[in-house]
Amino acid sequence: MSTLRTEEMTLNMGPQHPSTHGVLRFVIKADGEVMREAIPDVGYLHRSIEKIAEKVGYHGFMPYTDRVDYVCAMFTNQGWGMACEKLANIEVPRRGEYCRVIAAEFNRLASHLLTVGLMGMDIGAMTPFLHALREREMINDLIEELCGARLTFNYMRIGGVAWDLPPGWREKALAYLDHLDPIINEFNSLFSYNKICVERLAKVAPISAEDAINYNLVGPNLRASGVNWDVRKNIPYSVYPEFDFEVPLGSGEWGIVGDAMDRYMMRIREMVQSSRILRQALKRMPEGPVLAKVVRNFKPPAGECQIRVESARGDQGWYVVSDGTAFPWRVHVRTGSFAAMGIIQKLSRGLMIADLVVLIASLDVIAPEIDR
Amino acid sequence: MEALKIYERVKERFPDKVLEVSEKKPDPFAAVAADAIVAVGRLLHDDPETAMDCLSNQTGVDYKDRIEVVYHLFSYKHHHTCVLKVKLPRENPTVATVEEIWRAANWMEREIFDLLGVNFDGHSDMRRILMPEDWPGYPLRKDFVEPLEYHGISTVRESPILRLDQKKKHEHA
Repeated sequence: MSTLRTEEMTLNMGPQHPSTHGVLRFVIKADGEVMREAIPDVGYLHRSIEKIAEKVGYHGFMPYTDRVDYVCAMFTNQGWGMACEKLANIEVPRRGEYCRVIAAEFNRLASHLLTVGLMGMDIGAMTPFLHALREREMINDLIEELCGARLTFNYMRIGGVAWDLPPGWREKALAYLDHLDPIINEFNSLFSYNKICVERLAKVAPISAEDAINYNLVGPNLRASGVNWDVRKNIPYSVYPEFDFEVPLGSGEWGIVGDAMDRYMMRIREMVQSSRILRQALKRMPEGPVLAKVVRNFKPPAGECQIRVESARGDQGWYVVSDGTAFPWRVHVRTGSFAAMGIIQKLSRGLMIADLVVLIASLDVIAPEIDR
Repeated sequence: MEALKIYERVKERFPDKVLEVSEKKPDPFAAVAADAIVAVGRLLHDDPETAMDCLSNQTGVDYKDRIEVVYHLFSYKHHHTCVLKVKLPRENPTVATVEEIWRAANWMEREIFDLLGVNFDGHSDMRRILMPEDWPGYPLRKDFVEPLEYHGISTVRESPILRLDQKKKHEHA
């Protein structure tokens, strides 16, 4: 009997693969079903946003920031606004800060709903996706009423927000939160605690706390590995210190600390906390203006700063260099997805090909945020 | 620990390698000699007083007469941050990689190489990351001129509105 010839197989996944969340490509070296290595190839969505910033000026760049991460654009808006405010030392009115927090937390809910829904779809279940998207549509409706757009909001300005809440919006938002809280429980019993979901996600691609820090993972991915770090708590910005909320941490209750199930559950738990923040913010909203007086020809003094915002995909860093003119000299966004993609090559060694899909979904990478 | 105190600490250890400590505008930074960045990084990472276990951000800036590589370090243990800078000549800028200290540098250095053309000595995988491999030049340099076409694909779109304007101008003249 002749021996079976075996060899390493090189597979190409993407850039149009349905579960790569945008346009991503992986070159997979596989031994049967087990990967030797998956090498990510990014850049398909590179739109040179950092270069555009140098050409359009400070106010003009705000709509472009939406495109950095179109799933949670409120945070990129806020990050850019906060960086400019820090450079020029502008104080945002309190009602403006409340509007920012409310818009951003609703956006976090929408983003996490999409993530948990896509997690279902990536492991082969269509129904959870539809359940999650149905709820997300209502948030999109609310945000549309707030700022006129459903995805690329352009809601915030340097010095505050563009518009106050419309009449009657507060009641609608509170009514929606009353509707959402039982839905999260329903989603948990439908999908999260489902045996198939748990068996599929638990113990897949665990990330240790040291690795998470060394590879600069941020946000829910970092907290899933048990690192207690949330920019909203630890470097408080905006009006977050006024709210009472918890930072959920990965505990490994389903398998290993920092596995895909922990990362998935992190999103569910953060939705509950976001809902808590929103209730407090909507109830305590002060009166007053929403936008500070900022000159149209905005020229911050020469200097440089970095600010950090806790976006839905984690700690987002905006590094801005100003030379005192109306155009920023250099803008750089450090995004959570970029760092998360960097660790995939390491994690993929010895992983099943089917688990690569779970890994990407659990890290919640968004292609435009990687490529910018 | 305050950022300025951290720079003092580095200066004590490497007196001739810290070239400049800036004032607060609003973030202070320390410029470090290019040949000392790995040693300084190693010190800040290993010293339990500073324990900079995370390279939170690494990027480059083109200042027309020089290129600067900026390192934002962060400590999850002490919750403090500091900014290091390395100034490099514009012609063939080269600096040693810090990949061995912080793995996150791997991708960020690839991005700086891709967009600003800084070479990182000793990097394990120095390839372009965002732009195509055969892209001419480094887009984030201030003197970069976008090529008019790439593999026969035009990078310029003709605007029908502008064409109308030109036509009107023609008729007036």
